[in-house]
Amino acid sequence: MQLSELRGHKQYSDRAFRGLAVAAAGLVLLVLGMIALTMTRRAWPAFGTEFFSSTRWSAAEGIFGALPFIWGTLYTAAIAIAIAVPISLGVSLFITQVAPPWMKKPLVYLMDLLAVVPSVVFGLWGVLVLSQHFGLGRSFLTAGIILAIMIIPIITSLSREVIETTPSSEKEAALALGATRWEMITASVLPHSTGGLVGAVMLGLGRAMGETIAAALVIGSAIGQITLNPFAPGNSMPAVIANEWGEAAENHKSALIALAVTLFIITIAVNLIATGIVQRSMKRSRGV
Amino acid sequence: MTATAQLDLRARPSWRTTKNKLMLGLMGVAVVLVAIPLIAVLSSVVQRGAAIAFKGFPDFFTATIPVVSRRPGPGMGPAILGTLLVTGGATLIAVPLGILGAIYLHEYGISSKFARLVRFMSTVMTGVPSVVMGLFVYLTWTLSFGYSAFGGALALACLMLPVVIGSTEQMLRLVPSQLREAAYALGTTKSRTILTVVLPAALPGIVSGSLLAIARAAGETAPLLFAVGAATAYNPHLFSEANTALSVQIFGNANSSFPAAQERAWAAALTLVLLTFIVTLIARIFTARLALKR
Repeated sequence: MQLSELRGHKQYSDRAFRGLAVAAAGLVLLVLGMIALTMTRRAWPAFGTEFFSSTRWSAAEGIFGALPFIWGTLYTAAIAIAIAVPISLGVSLFITQVAPPWMKKPLVYLMDLLAVVPSVVFGLWGVLVLSQHFGLGRSFLTAGIILAIMIIPIITSLSREVIETTPSSEKEAALALGATRWEMITASVLPHSTGGLVGAVMLGLGRAMGETIAAALVIGSAIGQITLNPFAPGNSMPAVIANEWGEAAENHKSALIALAVTLFIITIAVNLIATGIVQRSMKRSRGV
Repeated sequence: MTATAQLDLRARPSWRTTKNKLMLGLMGVAVVLVAIPLIAVLSSVVQRGAAIAFKGFPDFFTATIPVVSRRPGPGMGPAILGTLLVTGGATLIAVPLGILGAIYLHEYGISSKFARLVRFMSTVMTGVPSVVMGLFVYLTWTLSFGYSAFGGALALACLMLPVVIGSTEQMLRLVPSQLREAAYALGTTKSRTILTVVLPAALPGIVSGSLLAIARAAGETAPLLFAVGAATAYNPHLFSEANTALSVQIFGNANSSFPAAQERAWAAALTLVLLTFIVTLIARIFTARLALKR
């Protein structure tokens, strides 16, 4: 915008407004930095040697080994991803490639509706209906299912955006060569969107690992379980924090904050990678 | 291919067409699989919640919360007020700041290094777990000033800020640059152009994006556990004394084994779902108006 430089003088209010806008944008960096700083400082004493090596978590003895909870977080997130990815991919392909035009809008609304239901309501349903009436109990699997329901709308809406950037010329080329619709999808749509889809799945993964309340209600709050059995009760980092905070003493609180720092680092790492992948693939598919 | 005069050009059933049908069918199954939990959750909430929520109509929405949770009876009034206070406070903080941040990103920074960094970090910030935000606010605010609705508002504002920035920037991108150039040609300053030309043009979209962020924030629980406390009586003060919220009450009562508490959880869930759906609906109306204009 070179035009602005033709003006004679910069007004004071103009510069003040600009300053305000810069400050608001900088606030994002400030908050992120402060989260990392204040929480790490408070949690520092709890990061002993046993934090990442012990499987014992006992507030009474002052032993805080986070391994079972790290395992629980990764395991439930993995279950959630395993359930959510095929379904989200199916739904986003259905909405973009298969559904007749009149069906698209209601389907998108349906997904938005799912995204808006508060996580605590899913948790309530999970603990009072899913775990009791379907014989699942409070377990890794129940938590994984509830988390899957919650990340499906996120993965679907991102995948939909990515898939819709496929140039119609590429799709038409495949169809003109006699491809069936599914062959068109595997030949044109999927190769074009791979990067973005991977990013969408990773963003869903980050969300699944950080989801607190629903997991806290249905995961079972078992202490010290590291098992592959999906029907066993377990625990995850955010669930431990939410469930134990109320009656925690000072050193216990430090350990819980240390869990939060660990969770923060893992989710930030996942999100950094995911955002990078998504932005790069979006840029490439727009042809910039 | 036969040499007869009439060629049959219809596709013959083969593995390719069968596979096509199979995969398209699986996509349909995926849609059904998504609809099932949504319908199941909503019908449970309506079925179990409505009986309690609308018994002796306004009672449930106005009465205070029973101090002994196993006692049956209505009462979520303080939680409704708390949710409105916390979410309203968060909106007052996050929406203006988010819009300003987006204005910087799209009108000033554009593709400068700082703007790119902020844009990237803001996307990353949307993925920060809400429980982390809650503990952050506990350490920086609640430890020094005690439980209050404002602490919860701060935590929700941290969650909303990047969402509002993202949606607002997208809306600013849709404002045609001719509008800006026309305003400059009339000699207005940049700030006046943004405030009187660009923002009004993008307003419906900004309102809709902000409302969606508000709807999501209203349902958050984890950030409030550490900052808001657990009151059972009305507390209209934003800055002092423990407060409560619908989501916190649902969490507490869902963990309880008493039927009376669970009933209140369902009714509170119904209230919360209605609240978030209404806000979402208003957002949709704004989006529809935006579509009409274009």
